[in-house]
Amino acid sequence: MPRPTVRVEPVKRLSVPHPGAAAPSTWRGLAMGRTGSDLAIAILLGLGALATLAFGESYWLLGSQVAITMIFALSVDLLVGFAGIVTLGHAVFFGVGAYSVGIASVRLGWTEPLLGLLLAAAVAALLGAATGVLVLRTRGLGQLMLTMAFASMVYEIANRAKPLTGGADGLQGMVVSPILGLFDFDIFGLTAFLYTLAVLAAVVVFAVLMTRSPYGRSLVGIRENRVRMQAIGTGVQKRLLSVYTLSAALAGIAGALLAQTSQFVGLNVLHFSLSGEILIIVALGGAGRLWGALLGAVVFTLFKDRLSALDPAYWYFWLGLLLAVIVLFAPKGLIGLVDRLLAAGRPKETA
Amino acid sequence: MITAALTILFHGLAFAMVLYIVSVGLGITMGLMNFANLAHGAFAAAGGYVVVVATRSLGLPFWVALPAAFVVVALAGAVVERLVVRTLYGADELRQVLFSIALLFMAIAGFTAAFGPLQQQPEIPAALSGQIALGGVEFPSYRAFVIAAGVVILAALWLLIGRTRIGMRIRAAVDNRNMAEAIGVDTRMLFTLTFALGTGIAGLGGGIGADVLSITPTYGQEYLVLFLIVVAVGGLGSIFGPFLAALCIGVVDVAGKYLIPEFGAFFIYGVVIAILLAKPAGLFGVRS
Repeated sequence: MPRPTVRVEPVKRLSVPHPGAAAPSTWRGLAMGRTGSDLAIAILLGLGALATLAFGESYWLLGSQVAITMIFALSVDLLVGFAGIVTLGHAVFFGVGAYSVGIASVRLGWTEPLLGLLLAAAVAALLGAATGVLVLRTRGLGQLMLTMAFASMVYEIANRAKPLTGGADGLQGMVVSPILGLFDFDIFGLTAFLYTLAVLAAVVVFAVLMTRSPYGRSLVGIRENRVRMQAIGTGVQKRLLSVYTLSAALAGIAGALLAQTSQFVGLNVLHFSLSGEILIIVALGGAGRLWGALLGAVVFTLFKDRLSALDPAYWYFWLGLLLAVIVLFAPKGLIGLVDRLLAAGRPKETA
Repeated sequence: MITAALTILFHGLAFAMVLYIVSVGLGITMGLMNFANLAHGAFAAAGGYVVVVATRSLGLPFWVALPAAFVVVALAGAVVERLVVRTLYGADELRQVLFSIALLFMAIAGFTAAFGPLQQQPEIPAALSGQIALGGVEFPSYRAFVIAAGVVILAALWLLIGRTRIGMRIRAAVDNRNMAEAIGVDTRMLFTLTFALGTGIAGLGGGIGADVLSITPTYGQEYLVLFLIVVAVGGLGSIFGPFLAALCIGVVDVAGKYLIPEFGAFFIYGVVIAILLAKPAGLFGVRS
């Protein structure tokens, strides 16, 4: 008997768990295979955050930077890893989010942080929808070029619109009100750290739920076989545009958090190197795996903090070398290594 | 008015020719091998440094330094192609992009370590350091040389690709690689040769164009958007497409910066977005 309905068969080289594996029924199932890696990384990151909170007073500022990078990495992973849209201009949404709250605070006096996040998400989403319509018309190199061209264009606008953005000097004198009117940003960065962690937690829950939903699965389907998805009646363009917009909004939130916690916005938030870095982070962690992107963001930011303190030129060399090694020898990223580690440590009970 | 138009045209042409010489190899390799090489600009920078070292430190004449830049960078390109790029043909776009970014970053670190972060200027021969008068306006004669060099390279490439056996093989492989292989074209060798040729011309462009696009360690990153724009607008695998694209972008950019400086590079991006939306495969693209 043939199957009654056409369905997307899980492809072998699929780098995310297929629906069956995404919802393991037992704890034993959870501890095995890919979801095991996710769990291990989640526990590791959670413990790391707790330890930093408890003992690492001098790392709170760095901690909030890490959390912000993690949110940004998630937004890019949804786009690159899940939907298969390669972008070299995602800093534009991060930067627009940062400038939105910055300009709202400095020029208009809107200093409420949570409303600021909403504003940044909305502005970035609008820009994402507007450019997404155009970017998603092309594929391959053309798409890469369009994302770069839009990002360069916005960079140029921000550079020239001095009265609004402060140009190359950056936007100074940003004021941020206490969160919910209760928690003021302190000089040690504790509020900033807790605040970014809270937003990160919300974004992670959202991203996990989204990627496990039928909508999230359909994105993977489009990445793996666009024609087949179209044939079974998925509105491919609509879904790609919606994930592009969503990813832009998340990147905007990350940018807004950076502006709020550092109370400064510089042109570097829009620069090409940030777009490149975030793509590197996703690949380093393992594209198409949310916990991979999160792990990549942590490892990258800590490495960068250590190595670029020595000499920025050295940092570029090590970054390049690390990236080349990952691409050539570990295309599944750090989370792929964790997968292998867990598989090696587990006795082979199933033949 | 006429002076302004002449100035824009002249400097726009010089800028366009540098863009063309550096980018044309990128378009050919991308069209032939489907390899998105974001490190292409680093090869151009390497050529620039070869000319700087040859003319400043070794005291060689400029006319020896230029071919040397081509040869050295082409050899470096061949080695890189044989060792690593080869393993990434047919890999997904993300891996290619990331690998070439890795290459670019290591090149930036290497150039900084070897030559320092500041701009380096090659020694220009006395014959080219004066001014020439065109239509009653004085122009630096070096830039006239740059324009001539661009046209000569276009002609040379046209002869090479359009009139020789090897060019015929390259065209065949761009159009249909499997078919070309089936009738006995050694595409492995062809890929190495083309990659070497493309990077070599870029190195030449880096050396010739040091006056327009200054040689710094971050050269490959700073101007990457421009090179990619020329290729994407001109179309992959074409020789004339990038030439027209470079002309268009060079003149529009110089005109925009001259006439409305407060908008900066804004116009280029506007033009590019418009062209790519109208013709996703570029003006003369064999494929997108």
